[in-house]
Amino acid sequence: MSCPMPLLDHDTVQLAHGAGGRLSADLIDRLILPRFRSPELARLEDQAVLELPPGRVAFSTDTFVVDPIFFPGGDIGDLAINGTVNDVAMSGARVEALSVGFVLEEGFPLADFHRVLCSMEAAARAAGVRVVTGDTKVVGRGGCDRIFINTSGVGVIPDGVALSAAGLRPGDAVLVSGTLADHGMAVMTARANLGFQSTVRSDTAALNGLVADLLRACPGLRALRDPTRGGLATTLNEFARASRVGITLDEGAVPVRPDVRGACEILGIDPLYVANEGKLVAVVPADGADAALAALRAHPVGAAAAIVGEVVAGHPGTVAVRTALGAERIVEMPVGEQLPRIC
Amino acid sequence: MKHLQEFRDPALARKLLDGIAATVTRDWVIMEICGGQTHAIMRHGLDQLLPPEITLVHGPGCPVCVTPLETIDRALAIAARPEVIFTSFGDMLRVPGSRDDLFRVRSRGGDVRMVYSPLEALKLARENPDREVVFLAVGFETTAPGNAMAVKQAAAEGLTNFSEIVSHVLVPPAMEAILGSPDNRVQGFLAAGHVCTIMGWEEYVPIAERYAVPIVPTGFEPVDILSGILSTVRMLEAGEHGVRNDYTRVVHLGGNPAARAVVDEIFTVCDRKWRGIGTIPRSGLRLADAYAACDAERKFDVGDIRTEEPSVCIAGEILQGLKKPHECPAFGRECTPMTPLGATMVSSEGACAAYHRYARRDLL
Repeated sequence: MSCPMPLLDHDTVQLAHGAGGRLSADLIDRLILPRFRSPELARLEDQAVLELPPGRVAFSTDTFVVDPIFFPGGDIGDLAINGTVNDVAMSGARVEALSVGFVLEEGFPLADFHRVLCSMEAAARAAGVRVVTGDTKVVGRGGCDRIFINTSGVGVIPDGVALSAAGLRPGDAVLVSGTLADHGMAVMTARANLGFQSTVRSDTAALNGLVADLLRACPGLRALRDPTRGGLATTLNEFARASRVGITLDEGAVPVRPDVRGACEILGIDPLYVANEGKLVAVVPADGADAALAALRAHPVGAAAAIVGEVVAGHPGTVAVRTALGAERIVEMPVGEQLPRIC
Repeated sequence: MKHLQEFRDPALARKLLDGIAATVTRDWVIMEICGGQTHAIMRHGLDQLLPPEITLVHGPGCPVCVTPLETIDRALAIAARPEVIFTSFGDMLRVPGSRDDLFRVRSRGGDVRMVYSPLEALKLARENPDREVVFLAVGFETTAPGNAMAVKQAAAEGLTNFSEIVSHVLVPPAMEAILGSPDNRVQGFLAAGHVCTIMGWEEYVPIAERYAVPIVPTGFEPVDILSGILSTVRMLEAGEHGVRNDYTRVVHLGGNPAARAVVDEIFTVCDRKWRGIGTIPRSGLRLADAYAACDAERKFDVGDIRTEEPSVCIAGEILQGLKKPHECPAFGRECTPMTPLGATMVSSEGACAAYHRYARRDLL
């Protein structure tokens, strides 16, 4: 994809880029608008006016403050698009439109901003979603960490779809759409100067297409969630508590790439607790599990999908894991950040 | 992952479990010294699979847990100083001092940074000549060579703005303290594989002789641990003692000579207080006098710190193998990973944290 950097008067973000004058207009007209060519945005009104299809509206917002902003497999830009697309899509909604708000730090290289915008353009196109309204603020040096991005999204939930974390029933199957922990370990190894060559890449991806396929294949779908911060362990604990059921995971069935597992082992971190940005957890009735698995695997972002566990009547509110050796242990909610061990 | 998966092979683990069950004829108490082994045991559920005759107890081998409260409080006082960039391994950031932890110091403006190696701290010192860079050098013999090398390198480069809070501890004196205690119930040891990688296993021979116990250097994967338990049980059942190295793929009799040499050059053996246990003679390492300029505690004059331990915490008894985490009245109630009373609950290698994180439901 060609994404040439336009010639601008400055190399870095100036306070005047946020002051509403000529430099602000330059930034919007020459850098931002060419990346998000939606008619609603181009009108430059204070709001976007949307015509939505009938149905219930799903609405979500998220703010992205990742460090580093560029990491193997992605950057803060595609993360900001995909993160909100996925949050809306997890309701079963068709994602209709996004807003984007930037907070830029004085001195942030405009070339880096442009690179982020190009990633956002590519991510929005891949997701088939329009950016229809936005905002840009500039704060003084030290006022933020280079760039923060807020995205909000709206979507419309088709009739008959009612997904809920409280809807799990004993006997249901738990599926994941692919390998776990790729994003969190990519960011951690990029951040850490670990001194080992890491091949780990973020899995950042939009999941709205996958959700649409899954809903078609398995109309009885109970619950969906993208296991971002806190990983699969957190998502399943939230499901178990909301539905007052137990969940038993099969450790050997949880897909983790060998290089990701290796990085986790070195740092002493459990992949079940690590963030993902392009994966979903689906809970489906037992008789729909095979169809759901087939639908996930048929989609490019779900090729490594697997059935990883089941919902049980015992130990309500708790997630347990059957180890490869046949023992059973609890998978607790994580406490704070995952911290690497000493030795 | 090659060389890892085979040590998690369920069939091999089952064979070892069958071997243990076929060998054991009476009750035995075996201590795994290292917190990493405790976590592996709980994570893979090995304790549930062993015959009831085998009781595993957890040793003092969690570097975060045994770091004395005074050291933590001194670190917190230094970290709060405006001229200091304070660096530490991730494990240390959440460890409670008397009233604070490093995360809270950071939230109030302290420049506290997590590093993965002391050499990263050294790099910060090079890049920030107008700041004081301090590294909290804790751990057993495993981390001592890296921490020693950072000091050696700083001295060689003439960096005067790099210093360490050195609070290293040594495994053999702690084993002797446990075996020499009138309350001792430990009959055999799984020695810590990482420590033995550096130090070898020769220093365990006199201990095994003096106290007539089997000591088996062991790795951290299920097959390693089960193999170590089988060797220990075989020796116990046969009435034998001595050292049997079960971690031959990385542990050799004399350890790593280059690593030992740098530790001997930079550090000196000293008496050391262990959190929850008390002072053990000649059980620690401090900076040798020639490197006193790199001693952060001298540089920042934090000798008069007063500490307060929560009275309900039984971490000391747990670290000596006298009690198990769930026997503590505060376990899972007042004391959780969210609200830790002692370091054994906060450290990622702590026995209480392992029980809380991986425990079976009947323990909670």
